[in-house]
Amino acid sequence: MKILVCISNVPDTTSKINFTEGDTKFDTNGVQFVINPNDEFGLTRAMWFKEKQGATVHVANVGGTATEPTIRKALAIGADEAIRVNAEPIDGFYVAQQLAEVVKNGGYDLVIAGRESLDYNGGMVPGMIATLLDMNFVNTCTGLEVDGDTVTATREIDGGKEKISTSLPLVIGGQKGLVQESDLRIPNMRGIMMARKKALTVIEPIAVTAATTDVSFDKPAAKGAVKLIDADNIDELINLLHNEAKAI
Amino acid sequence: MADKEKDILRGGQFIVKETNCEDVFTPEDFSEEQTMMKEAVMEFNDREIIPYKARFEAKDYALTEETMRKAGALGFLGVAVPEAYDGLGMGFVSTVLTCDYISSGTGSFSTAFGAHTGIGTLPITLYGTEEQKKKYVPQLATGEWFGAYCLTEPGAGSDANSGKTTATLSEDGKSYRINGQKMWISNAGFCRLMIVFARIENDKNITGFIVEYEGDNPNGITLGEEEHKLGIRASSTRQVFFNDTVVPADNMLAGRGEGFKIAMNALNVGRIKLAAACLDSQRRILTTAVNYANERKQFKTPIADFGAIKTKLAEMAANAYAGESATYRAAKNIEDRIEMRVAAGNTHQEAELKGVEEYAIECSILKVAVSEDVQHCADEGIQIFGGMGFSEETPMEAAWRDARIARIYEGTNEINRMLSVGMLVKKAMKGHVDLLGPAQAVQDELMGIPSFETPDYSELFSEEKEMIKKLKKTFLMVAGGAVQKYGQNLEEHQQLLIAAADILIEIYMAESAILRTEKNAKRFGEDKQSVQIAMAKLYLYHAVDIIEEKGKESIISFAEGDEQRMMLMGLKRFTKYTNYPDIVDLRVEIAEKVKAENKYCF
Repeated sequence: MKILVCISNVPDTTSKINFTEGDTKFDTNGVQFVINPNDEFGLTRAMWFKEKQGATVHVANVGGTATEPTIRKALAIGADEAIRVNAEPIDGFYVAQQLAEVVKNGGYDLVIAGRESLDYNGGMVPGMIATLLDMNFVNTCTGLEVDGDTVTATREIDGGKEKISTSLPLVIGGQKGLVQESDLRIPNMRGIMMARKKALTVIEPIAVTAATTDVSFDKPAAKGAVKLIDADNIDELINLLHNEAKAI
Repeated sequence: MADKEKDILRGGQFIVKETNCEDVFTPEDFSEEQTMMKEAVMEFNDREIIPYKARFEAKDYALTEETMRKAGALGFLGVAVPEAYDGLGMGFVSTVLTCDYISSGTGSFSTAFGAHTGIGTLPITLYGTEEQKKKYVPQLATGEWFGAYCLTEPGAGSDANSGKTTATLSEDGKSYRINGQKMWISNAGFCRLMIVFARIENDKNITGFIVEYEGDNPNGITLGEEEHKLGIRASSTRQVFFNDTVVPADNMLAGRGEGFKIAMNALNVGRIKLAAACLDSQRRILTTAVNYANERKQFKTPIADFGAIKTKLAEMAANAYAGESATYRAAKNIEDRIEMRVAAGNTHQEAELKGVEEYAIECSILKVAVSEDVQHCADEGIQIFGGMGFSEETPMEAAWRDARIARIYEGTNEINRMLSVGMLVKKAMKGHVDLLGPAQAVQDELMGIPSFETPDYSELFSEEKEMIKKLKKTFLMVAGGAVQKYGQNLEEHQQLLIAAADILIEIYMAESAILRTEKNAKRFGEDKQSVQIAMAKLYLYHAVDIIEEKGKESIISFAEGDEQRMMLMGLKRFTKYTNYPDIVDLRVEIAEKVKAENKYCF
């Protein structure tokens, strides 16, 4: 089984988010980037398939050279090879088209992408890849077993879980549940040393257009001060909720 | 090769030579691979150590052992071990950074890690025969076995060569019988191998042995109860008793009587690693303290907004920054020296030994400076937390207790202070560092008329670099005068040696902070380094004060009359700024940055 894990390079959750150029560009200054958590759950599951079922695991990312440390981390964790599509990701559709090209040329049986990335939360890419390549698709996937070409996937649905039987080739939009947080791997030192010896192929993007472009960004308004109301003063609480916060 | 040698300052030479900022290595020079290692180690600390802090504090020794095994599985124990013995054979900087970032969770783990990878493993990789290395090092590198280092005895602490443990050769000459008592042995409770120092007959120097230890087959070895300690509570620390313990003669390390040398050289490496191990604690303490200071309100104001707290945040940051700067500067010097020797045909073993030995002075300096910084940092951390800081509920209390040991082990700070100056004087006598020429030049300068011109200090750090030169003159004046006065008997004047060491230490630390910042300001821009510039200036300001005080007490102790007056005037000249920095402003700038980022962010 040949697996492609799509890796998005996203700001660490503790990063301070700022914008530049009149709030039209994300300010990467001082921002620590990591593997998108949903992708990391997928990568860890892929490593399980590699170790238990002899799968080959490649990772792919659409991004500039600045994303290479994140890609190398995936290699240090154990992916066999990496591909970087040398283009700034403009929108989900653009990224999906680039990744679909990688999948088509690489002959992958299973494509694992995170169900959404932590930065823009578009949640589009895995579905689009499946559509572009006419592959089966399971979104919000929390469990994945493969036996030959037969796949049993678990999917999160409102208030419960759904178990699905499908077949390869398949694209999943994965998330926590594929593995647990405690299963996530710290790259070991040998892995880190091996990472630089593994292939990281840089390919040029195909000529496609994005469907959307960012116009501007707004940050949420800063939280105001908290007002403490005496427990006995319910009338005042109601008054403030009604007239000031306009919550009731 | 010759050019390379010229560029690398020899150990101790910093005191007489100027270093170009381009020639120092800084944490900003970490390679992508080193950054990834750092992040992996930090993740390990965050996931495997910090969440279990309470268990470590409750003396859960088994947890320390289990965590060490996990560290072994991730390759953290083999970073410094050559690849031929199942290690990763990474450079010295990578070794130091692993020690640095793995150490802030708890001193218990940090001690176990340091004792195993440093003094528990290194004596074999540095002095072992090929057979010994093949037999023992792979198990140590992977964490299958843990090592302990048995040097200290009830009557032999700082005077390590005075141990009473004996090793007696059997009649057939095939084995030694070891008898004696060792104490304060880190990792004793879970080690499988001990490096034991014992005396053969009436030898002047002790001898090192590799001793295997299996609980099921104790071979005359018994362990005392776990010691109950102020800090590093889950570090297994026990006495070890040897009663006719039979050790194959082949397990002797290096030669007979070489033990003291092994012990000292293993400690040299241990010292810089210990300094590194005190760095991330400072970062974490400062981050925790600023988190609290930003949240905690008194008088309707976050306490981080008060000048009293800003002072603390700024000083803590500046000290940690200087510690990082000096530690990685020395680490890279050692790495370069090792590579240079390997390229010149030395075995890796010889190269590493000589490389570290070369910078023994810097290792001692770092051990003292950074261990005292972490103590101070933890102390201020408690103060920022106020009453809460005194409670076991907050992390400051344990950090403070854990920091305390760093001033004691790997050679007390008093011993290391005296060693640093003692080694420098010895190097001068051997001609490795020319102290006499520069000291004479300072003497001549003292006799001359000082320049009254106002220098142009408009360029970044021009005054600070001039100040560093003057501080070096102060050291040469004090040390030179003391050597002239006391000659071979200098070592009997411990107060003087310690004061001279303080001068030496402050110079190295302040210079390192300035060089790092200058290098980064040149490549990243002065505007991006403004806070770092403030930290380097703040550190230097305090260094100048300390040096003035220590210089004064030294000069008064050994010089009299006109000579004393002349030296005190020189001291005044050498510690005078043309433009005094406004350290109140500097502290505010540093503290505002730390507050805004809500962490140590450099």
